[in-house]
Amino acid sequence: MQLVLEKRAERSTKIAILSPLLAIALTLVTMSVLFAILGKNPATALYVYFIEPLTDSFTLMEIAVKATPLVMIAIGLSLCYLANVWNIGAEGQFIMGAVCGSYLAVVTNGTDAGPWVLPAMLLMGAAGGALWAMIPALCKVRYGANEILTSLMLVYVADLIMDYLVRGPWRDPKGMNFPTTASFDPVATVPALFETGRIHWGALAALIVVALATVMLGRTIKGFEIRVVGAAPRAARFAGFNSKRLVLFTFAVSGALAGLAGIIEVAGPVGVLQPGISPGYGFTAIIVAFLGRLNPVGILIAGLFLALTFIGGEGAQISMKIPLDLTKVFQGILLFYVLACDSLILYRIRLIASPKKASHGIA
Amino acid sequence: MGLLEAIIISVIAASTPLLLAAAGELVVERSGVLNLGTEGMMIMGAACGFAGAWLTGSTFIGALFGIAAGCALSLVFAALTLGLAVNQVAAGLALTILGVGLSGLIGAGFVGEKITPAPHLYLPVLTGIPFVGKILFGQDGFVYFSVALVVAIWWFLYRTRAGLILRAVGDSHTSAHALGYPVLKIRLLAVLFGGGCAGLGGAFLPLAYTPFFIPGMTAGRGWIALALVVFSSWLPGRLAAGAYLFGAVTILQLHAQAFGLGIPSQLMTALPYLATVIVLVLISRARGSAGSVAPASLGIVFVPDR
Repeated sequence: MQLVLEKRAERSTKIAILSPLLAIALTLVTMSVLFAILGKNPATALYVYFIEPLTDSFTLMEIAVKATPLVMIAIGLSLCYLANVWNIGAEGQFIMGAVCGSYLAVVTNGTDAGPWVLPAMLLMGAAGGALWAMIPALCKVRYGANEILTSLMLVYVADLIMDYLVRGPWRDPKGMNFPTTASFDPVATVPALFETGRIHWGALAALIVVALATVMLGRTIKGFEIRVVGAAPRAARFAGFNSKRLVLFTFAVSGALAGLAGIIEVAGPVGVLQPGISPGYGFTAIIVAFLGRLNPVGILIAGLFLALTFIGGEGAQISMKIPLDLTKVFQGILLFYVLACDSLILYRIRLIASPKKASHGIA
Repeated sequence: MGLLEAIIISVIAASTPLLLAAAGELVVERSGVLNLGTEGMMIMGAACGFAGAWLTGSTFIGALFGIAAGCALSLVFAALTLGLAVNQVAAGLALTILGVGLSGLIGAGFVGEKITPAPHLYLPVLTGIPFVGKILFGQDGFVYFSVALVVAIWWFLYRTRAGLILRAVGDSHTSAHALGYPVLKIRLLAVLFGGGCAGLGGAFLPLAYTPFFIPGMTAGRGWIALALVVFSSWLPGRLAAGAYLFGAVTILQLHAQAFGLGIPSQLMTALPYLATVIVLVLISRARGSAGSVAPASLGIVFVPDR
């Protein structure tokens, strides 16, 4: 008796819809086991993780705050992954966006600069992220260097550049030697949406990005080109699509979105530039992109779900003393199950008597 | 001990985890599988290796724990990529994310604890040879093992029938399958071997390099190891040279920081990462028209037809 994989004649649409749900269900089961190993009551822990944050308007808004960068980054990454381009350095592009945008906030700090500051910061943030993403893209297009490794290495470099700036030239002179810039002026801050809570206009920007991506992928030549190059590179060559230009394009767009997310994060909920502005948004966004099936609307839902795990994880740490690292474990396991379940869209698992007998049957 | 001697000894120590992890990954990639989870397996090896050594008081058992942790994670990777034909890049990333999280969970209880670092094995008489004595014959067991491992891998790949089959599987899985070789089984063994090596490389860090565990202590070494495999053109000899070169960059930046020189320390810390990018660009450019030397089936999903 043996389990084998067999290619389906066509994609199973039923499983395509069911697979993310199945993956989440399997993850929850695995998590329950982990909770039990840690000596916590699984039912209580799951409640604290996934239900409690939904019962309070403050935590609901916090979920939206956390989902904002995740969705924006993941939309950009999904364009890359659809085109079979592997940008995994979004974390670095997020940081460089935050750094470039913050430059304006730092130099105009305490001056009576007008309301042009924030729009200019957003532009510089997006440009900073895009330029940082251009490094691995150009290395790949010009020299054929593997973009996975170069984009990832640049995450560490970006982190160190920010560290240097906030400990050195940009440090707040009144900040008691803490590695942080001065608090941004009101003209350099993304305004909040409501009187209370930290939810800000960036959340709307993320929704606009989702809408634009939906239109681009579904209704434009560029979107078609991205999908053809990714799914059938040979066909794309016959169609005259330039795959090198597409590498530059997808890297630039995803870098710009990650950079924009970065500057919105520091000019919005955080309010200063300091180390640790990202709890790994750039990496979690990879999971968001896959869980959302590389589809903009799917990414929006997946982004909210993973934001829920961040908030739930913080709640579980406070009320149940569950280590914060469990959130990362959860995210890793979820990605595994998503990938495994997605495989069932293209293949089915068959139990066969033995490989020899089967070939005999055909003959 | 002179300064130069001390520097060389520390370069070797800094290179060893890279060499161990990269040597394992080289075999994995030669079989046609791209496992990007090296960083995750290394950090798990570090956490479990430290846990093992702390609980038993034995460096050797700690190292075995590290190997076991790397193998266990790589088994998950194999189940997905070989069993379910999942995209290897995505599965490798998942493995790293999972490994970083799990290691934090396991290691949390051990942060702040200390163990006795792996003893240096001073071979009598030979260590007495001036200058080279301590460098060649005064290292810890990991260093000797890593060198032996690279030699053994070279011998296996180029001097044994099994090595030839493994390379054939990596270069054309369809042909190897047609000849009747069990492609998936061979790849499974290669992936497990790579996992064990990455786990051991990770375990080296808390067991011999620094006698304590800190979360995220691999600091991207797994990714540098992956870059080293590309740098080496998938050749074991060049791999060793590359690993020692990177170890040298790491140590030189530490010494440069100690001297001050007015250069920001962050720039120095960034050097190994920048060097990786530059090396990748140079090596890819040099190959240019000569075509890729990577195993031809690298990273391509294989589902055997019956």
